[in-house]
Amino acid sequence: MSAGPPGAPRQRPGPEPRLGWLAQDVEQELPELRLLSCGVQVRRPESLTGPCPRDVRARLHGLSNQFRGARAIGIRREPVPAAYRVFFRQIGLDPDVVRTPIEEAARERMLRGGFLPGELLEDVLLIALLDTGIPVWALATETVDGPLGIRSSAEGERLGRSEDAPALPAGRLVVADGSTPLAVLFGELAPGHRPLAGTRELTLFAIAVAGVPGLYAEEALWACQTALEQP
Amino acid sequence: MPDSARAALTGARLAPVSSGAAARRALLESRCANTEETRVTQSDQLILDRGAQTGEAAPARQGGSAGASSAALGGAGDARGERAARRTLRAQVGRLERQLSAIVAERFPYIPASGAEGHAFEAGGEEPSCLGPSLLGLDQLERTRDRLAGRLQELRRLAAERDEHERSAHELLRLMKLEPGRFRDVRLPVSDLGQGGCGVWHVRPRLGLIGMLAGWWQLKLSSGCPLPMGSSPRGGPDSWS
Repeated sequence: MSAGPPGAPRQRPGPEPRLGWLAQDVEQELPELRLLSCGVQVRRPESLTGPCPRDVRARLHGLSNQFRGARAIGIRREPVPAAYRVFFRQIGLDPDVVRTPIEEAARERMLRGGFLPGELLEDVLLIALLDTGIPVWALATETVDGPLGIRSSAEGERLGRSEDAPALPAGRLVVADGSTPLAVLFGELAPGHRPLAGTRELTLFAIAVAGVPGLYAEEALWACQTALEQP
Repeated sequence: MPDSARAALTGARLAPVSSGAAARRALLESRCANTEETRVTQSDQLILDRGAQTGEAAPARQGGSAGASSAALGGAGDARGERAARRTLRAQVGRLERQLSAIVAERFPYIPASGAEGHAFEAGGEEPSCLGPSLLGLDQLERTRDRLAGRLQELRRLAAERDEHERSAHELLRLMKLEPGRFRDVRLPVSDLGQGGCGVWHVRPRLGLIGMLAGWWQLKLSSGCPLPMGSSPRGGPDSWS
């Protein structure tokens, strides 16, 4: 298995946000696209896939009360969500069909009457999304091989390294490590690379697009780190 | 790992290890770069024009003595021109999307947030979301741009119709206030005036039957929306703990 893009030393992701690589064609076409990633050591005693603890639940409760119908409609005009809508259009996704992460969260809020507590990791990522507008994803660090970046998938590639990894059509934009696509951009994570209940080391990554200040993406990663690292 | 994937990675740029001030500076610089509005610059247009000229001139050059090198130069120019054209189209798509969002956010719920089934994509072939996230080619970007332009035109028409509807409703309300007797039992929902809530302006007889017989009419505004579950507090996010 290759160690990553040429010249990239293989190392565990540190706690500081790190800019990911972009394949040449992606960088030429979408120069302002950025991937930021960082490592997290989970110190919470709870299971990542178990019910979320009281403090996370309370935070979701507060956010539910702040997030109302008027904002759900007007959110598409806010600078950060609007930037993701534009980017979705530019990469061939219709944001009215495949919703941007923040709009999907807003829709769920309206349909379910609130941000209902679920699993710990899921809820921590949701809180970061609602606070900053930046979507964050988590991978199990032990399944990541080298630094993360964005490229187009090649013919015959699969999403992940597991046996049941689904095939990817060529040209799909993916988040990949040194050797394998681990997630479709703004889409699903590869099976076998998602954090499990007992996973203690995570690699978080956020995608910032044109018009989104990098500070917001750092803030989103920091919010997740803080929530997961406190014992 | 497939060769093509490796080839894609050959051109990958690696960010410097973000430790300390250097990484912070890199992130700050990228932040500053991103605050600029994406738009078609004069240089983009020049590249586009040059690309178009190169494209027209290429067949004439092919038989010449310096044919190969000219073709190579022309190819490079074409690629540059196409990239500039894609950048231009992406900027146009961004502008159209922002205009669409503005109309929907200002006029909701009178203008739907998403296109009616089958309407949004009738202008151009394959539904874009079927493609998945990918680097779009010139023709795909053109289709997206045209589709958005069509949708924007449709929404502007709906917005103009809505404006006209609200304007005539305001006019009707003004007349109802001036001469209620001319508009007996006419009901005008406040939603027709572009206002929220469930209120209804209603021309009713004063003192019931007496007013009806005497021709005493007045304009009344009904109270707001009825509570769906009476006056008892409803379960909401506050009830969870």
